[in-house]
Amino acid sequence: MQTTLDSHTPSVAHPDGHQDLRVVGLLTFLASEFLMFCGFFAVFLVFRSAVAQWPPEDTEVELLLPAINTVILVASSWVINLGTRAIKKNDLAGLRLWFGVTVAMGAVFLVGQVYEYMNLGYGLTTNLFSNCFYLMTGFHGLHVFIGLLLILGVLWRSRRPNHYSDLTHTGPEMAEVYWHFVDVVWIVLFALVYLLTLI
Amino acid sequence: MTSADLPLSAPVAPSSHGHPDRWKWYDYFTFNVDHKVIGIQYLVSAFIFYLVGGFMAVLMRTELATPDSDFINPNLYNAFLTNHGTIMIFLWIIPAAIGGFGNYLIPLMIGARDMAFPKLNALAFWLIPPAGALLVASFFFGGAQAGWTSYPPLSEITANTAQTLWILVILLLGTSSILGSVNFLVTIWKMRVPSLGWGQLPLFCWAMVATAALALFSTPVLAAGMILLLFDINFGTSFYKPEGGGDVVVYQHLFWFYSHPAVYLMILPIFGIMSEIIPVHARKPIFGYKAIAYSSMTICLVGLFVWVHHMFTSGTAPWMRIFFTISTLIVAVPTGIKIFSWVATLWGGKIRFTTAMLFAVGLLSMFVFGGLSGVTLGASAFDMHVHDTYYVVGHFHYVLFGGSVFGVYAAVYHWFPKITGRLLNERLGQVHFVLTFIGTILTFTPMHQLGMQGMPRRVAMYDPQFTGLNQLVTLGAYILAVSVIPFYINIIWSWIKGPVAGPNPWNALTLEWTTASPPIIENWEVLPVVTRPPYDYGQAPAEPAANQESLLSNPH
Repeated sequence: MQTTLDSHTPSVAHPDGHQDLRVVGLLTFLASEFLMFCGFFAVFLVFRSAVAQWPPEDTEVELLLPAINTVILVASSWVINLGTRAIKKNDLAGLRLWFGVTVAMGAVFLVGQVYEYMNLGYGLTTNLFSNCFYLMTGFHGLHVFIGLLLILGVLWRSRRPNHYSDLTHTGPEMAEVYWHFVDVVWIVLFALVYLLTLI
Repeated sequence: MTSADLPLSAPVAPSSHGHPDRWKWYDYFTFNVDHKVIGIQYLVSAFIFYLVGGFMAVLMRTELATPDSDFINPNLYNAFLTNHGTIMIFLWIIPAAIGGFGNYLIPLMIGARDMAFPKLNALAFWLIPPAGALLVASFFFGGAQAGWTSYPPLSEITANTAQTLWILVILLLGTSSILGSVNFLVTIWKMRVPSLGWGQLPLFCWAMVATAALALFSTPVLAAGMILLLFDINFGTSFYKPEGGGDVVVYQHLFWFYSHPAVYLMILPIFGIMSEIIPVHARKPIFGYKAIAYSSMTICLVGLFVWVHHMFTSGTAPWMRIFFTISTLIVAVPTGIKIFSWVATLWGGKIRFTTAMLFAVGLLSMFVFGGLSGVTLGASAFDMHVHDTYYVVGHFHYVLFGGSVFGVYAAVYHWFPKITGRLLNERLGQVHFVLTFIGTILTFTPMHQLGMQGMPRRVAMYDPQFTGLNQLVTLGAYILAVSVIPFYINIIWSWIKGPVAGPNPWNALTLEWTTASPPIIENWEVLPVVTRPPYDYGQAPAEPAANQESLLSNPH
């Protein structure tokens, strides 16, 4: 039985005093969001299984840059975790430092993605593979961008005195959860779109 | 951010929580975070869209009164066909049953002061008006004409601008549905009053858990399919274009992965409503509480694995047809459990034939008929014969009109006194019921025969041999159109002048009846304490409200 009247975690944002459920809500939402990506993944695999050569000639994928990008994005998930750990110890400077580093890493990822697009030599409409490639990576890139905005939002709010502390840190936690989600989606996407071409 | 904090738009009056004691009429037109306001917003919007969608149906049936295309332009007919389906599903049943009653009743039934995320809740509702506006706008570009299923290649080559707007409508409404579902799940999971265990949870809430889970899992897949369609139409990709290596059947999979579960989205909340109304008006404890609760969850789970039965004629492999025939027929088991449980609840009860009960019993008979024709359609061999004929139209209208719409009507008659504090007129309600019942049978039964004879669906013209039955169907449709008149008069008149209902006019035991009608803004002064099962009717002691103290402190 859940106790709903007494909040376990003290929270200034809840005068009515029910538990802060925002992280639970975000996780529920992301479960749903993940299924949208699953839809794209399924479509990609169906198309892949239907032809002899996938990707077709002249639309091969670049591997080195995306691999570096993958390392950066996965590493940034640890970095952002350092930030939320810091605020749980009431270390605001630590939060701002690590969140700032995460923003930088995310931005490098996006720039790398755009650079990759510009040097591939084929576009969205070239063939069915490039349709899938740009749609899936682009859609993921959009989520990275939204994640960056969330983290920047946390950084912006951290300028207010006492906005985040060891007791109130739901905002940074939610940004972290979302960032991990973006990371997990990328790992699956990288495996499907890039690594599968090696087989 | 999204918490039970203060509505910014509401005028602040001196009160313990910083909101006025009662909402004013204009509060219902604002970004209000009170779940009851949002519930009413959903319901009123849905009932407006119901008239729009119904008007399109009447125009189509008028066209179909004669074999030739002599009343409206066939392209306009196609646009009505498409948007009738879209409106009735996405802007009528889903907002009314899930958004409306879900939002209004869940916090009241579980003893919460509001939903878990009130602002998110308001946001989910306010995605609906822009979606409705876009749908209206699409008519200025000819209207989407590819049917509510919008299969490519037809959807990629007809009325591109209107089709694009239609896709945006679906994406907006899908987002609204997902956000609402997050709220329902977290609210029921985490916000129950401490004395309310899962075993005492009203069955409507159980049904909403199943509904919300299903919406969360299936809606995003539809969004994926719609985004690919959007790219195909506007950005030159070829996901669904065979000439570019794409595959039209992929769309059908993505579409039906949502749209079959969508029929459960439209009926599971109605099953929940049935499980509330029948024991109250039969004055008996519900038969098989656990069986009904778990069968909702079973329908949710099995319902995710039946979608290919819409695609038996799409070149589907035989092994898939066998698998999906079996899984489809399995859905009849949990559904049958519910039906038998309701019949067993009625058995030997002291039945009060209130209008709510009339519609509930009417639903029972209609749904059994629609369910049986569903079983026939689930069988691959038979489906091959009647696929894309009026048999299918007859079947799904039996379950959606005879099921979902009857259920929404029953719910309105049952909870209107709680929502407005006033009783509906029973005599007008009976007229409404009789007209609806006769109209439904006349409209949708002959469709089965037309389908068996081979009349294709979705066409403005037909072979003259089908004229007689079609005129019968059109007559039925007109009766249905007339049937809503006493209903809307009843609603509007009773809302203004109806007799005062009091907190608990039906002597019901679930928690929403322990507060005033309409409930005060945060539902209770003192939260109720659950002391007995939710359907303990006809047992001694007679009918004490679960929290009389709070009743006395909130005079109407």
